[in-house]
Amino acid sequence: MATMQIEMPHVGESVTEAVIGKWLVSPGDAIRRYDPLVEVITDKVNMEVPAPRDGTVTGLLVGEGDTVQMGAPIAEMEIEGAVPAPIVEEPVATSSPPVQSASRVGSMIIGANVGPTGGEFTDTSLQTESVVEVEPMAPSPGAQRRRRRGRDDRGARISPVVRRLAERHGIDVNAVNGTGAGGRVTRRDVEAYLESSPASVVEARGDEVVEPTPIRRMIAENMAKSFREIPHAWGAIEVDVTELASYRSQNIERVQSNTGHRLTYLPIVLHHVARALSEHRLLNASWVDGKVVLKGDVNIGVAVAAEQGLVVPVVQNADQLTLEETVSEMARIVEGARAGKLQLGDVQGGTFTLNNTGALGSILGGAIINYPQAAILTTEAIIRRPVVIDTQDGGEAIAIRSMMNMCLSFDHRIIDGAEALAFLGDIKNRLESISQDDVS
Amino acid sequence: MPEITLIESVRETLRMEMRRDPDIFMMGEDIGPRGGVFLASEGFVDEFGEGRIMNTPLAESSIIGIALGAAVNGMRPVAEIQFADFVWPAINQLVGEAARVRYGTNGGKFAPMTVRVPYGGGVRGGLYHSQSIEVLFAHTPGLQVIAPATPWDARGLLRSAIRSNDPTVFLEHKRTYRLVRGEAPDGEYTEPIGKADVKRAGSDVTLVTYGLMLHYSLQAAEKVSQSDGIETEVVDLRTLRPIDGETILDSVSQTGRAMIVQEDTGAVSVSSEVAAIIASEGFFDLDAPVMRVTAPEIPPMPFSPLQEAEYMPSPEKIAASIRRLSEV
Repeated sequence: MATMQIEMPHVGESVTEAVIGKWLVSPGDAIRRYDPLVEVITDKVNMEVPAPRDGTVTGLLVGEGDTVQMGAPIAEMEIEGAVPAPIVEEPVATSSPPVQSASRVGSMIIGANVGPTGGEFTDTSLQTESVVEVEPMAPSPGAQRRRRRGRDDRGARISPVVRRLAERHGIDVNAVNGTGAGGRVTRRDVEAYLESSPASVVEARGDEVVEPTPIRRMIAENMAKSFREIPHAWGAIEVDVTELASYRSQNIERVQSNTGHRLTYLPIVLHHVARALSEHRLLNASWVDGKVVLKGDVNIGVAVAAEQGLVVPVVQNADQLTLEETVSEMARIVEGARAGKLQLGDVQGGTFTLNNTGALGSILGGAIINYPQAAILTTEAIIRRPVVIDTQDGGEAIAIRSMMNMCLSFDHRIIDGAEALAFLGDIKNRLESISQDDVS
Repeated sequence: MPEITLIESVRETLRMEMRRDPDIFMMGEDIGPRGGVFLASEGFVDEFGEGRIMNTPLAESSIIGIALGAAVNGMRPVAEIQFADFVWPAINQLVGEAARVRYGTNGGKFAPMTVRVPYGGGVRGGLYHSQSIEVLFAHTPGLQVIAPATPWDARGLLRSAIRSNDPTVFLEHKRTYRLVRGEAPDGEYTEPIGKADVKRAGSDVTLVTYGLMLHYSLQAAEKVSQSDGIETEVVDLRTLRPIDGETILDSVSQTGRAMIVQEDTGAVSVSSEVAAIIASEGFFDLDAPVMRVTAPEIPPMPFSPLQEAEYMPSPEKIAASIRRLSEV
């Protein structure tokens, strides 16, 4: 009989850890190979870990709810016979045989020595082997202070060669599985990661490499962070904006004279989205450290394609503004964004984002959430098309209506489809039932 | 090819060079009828006569001063300092004078002299027969400092030193004299001054060393290869001035991990210089801090065998250090 450890199996190259769900066996249970041992939950799959051998469970090393690294021992079992040796991969043929013949290098004649003032004596100092322990290279307090720099997100050191290789190949050290002391990413780890990942950008003839501007780089980082961390889900709804169009044309003069700005569809939509948000608070939220934070303010960012790149100025407390105030505020921040004259306060504090992709002719989209918000809503192109409508006498007819799609991307950690579509339905109702006296 | 000890290699090389070039002569304490305390010139006085094998008084400053004068005037002296521990009176002649001949004469004069210096511990020599003195000479521009570790390199490099037109301190580790045995061809060959030699190839750790420590390091490298599968590349410096940074950096660029093993104490030493070369030119190849294995910062090598063994790096200490470095 021998005791062997059961390890958390590797389930996918990007999965580094799993949460122990429910143990299906207890210590003392006899198990057969492939019997399910434990349910585990990863960010990719939920699965059952099978028994590696026939035997008896002798101990569970991790508890339900624990987060465990891939490859870490999770249980122990007694098995018949010897523990199988781990499969060691043949080393790559880098350790070639010694470059020189032994006699060229020379060898030691144990026991031969010269005396201190000539002559010879026999000594035995090389014949006894002692066990030597080397003190770990303990960093001084000063070194510990200095080493805060040059660490990855896990707090492990990044060595010069790792930093250099990561920069050259454009990889994120935090994405590499570290096998060094304290989980440090070693050069070998980077090389293994590079071998396992698809080839990085290779310049073919005629290709041009463009260094991104700082704002482009920031947009890229935010988009990647959002898409990496937030599980996006999507929903879309079709809104009949025929009444909204007449509402707009009937109010356009009044708004122009009161505010000095032209009334467009977007402030009207934003105005009603803000009111819907104050009733659907899960849509106006953030996922922070495993908790949902429902935001107190409704601050709606508006995506603006400015010359230097995407800018998202924010209409602060949008649910508190009248339509005319919304028109004025939007005009101010959109102008500011286009002119590059926004104040810091104009771009901070957004809790939700509205993107009028329809202005560019889009009819459908799957926007990326503006991290760390819970959702982003697009207004698509308004298109007149034949629609089946109910007539007042209870019959049906085909009418030419102005139709607009609205697409919502939402953080599925916070919101499920039911809430997302309830929110969209609310907006649809508000926009379709807009009435002439609705000028608040 | 028969295997010979390092001291035999030195002796036969000196004999061959003496026969080849009549301008070569030797001087030193007890090198005549006694043949030198380590018998490097055993039988020489009978073959070459007292005119070329000159016994001197116990006056190291004079030995080097006379050699320097002869070298500047066309001879090729090979001076022997009986023990490195007694080289200090000659420091001024070597560092203050010989090293500066070319510069001081605007290139008009040069000093083709070789100073053989048996050095090192592990021979129960205590305070006065164990010292590592290499760093003072390795620090000095104008000198060449050679420290071979094998009979092959001792022969090839001693030839190069004798034939070189610049003053050379030729360090022979006493412990290697009879401990190390290997091949050294009889024929005409030289090894280049200023070129290190990879004595063992490996992909995991670069170990830079010289002298006796080469053999301890090779033993340690075999040990960790067998026990842990760690493959250590062992770079034998062979020349301590000038240090061959290229060979060191080539190796470090492959392994990303470097350690230096020396018998001398660590502070401001050859290992400091090697570490500095790696840090300044190989920084972006490093995957771990540079590690050093040296003697502790204690003035002399102790006499007590137990303390002497504790003082010197041993194959076990080196092996443990390789393991430690490979785990960082």
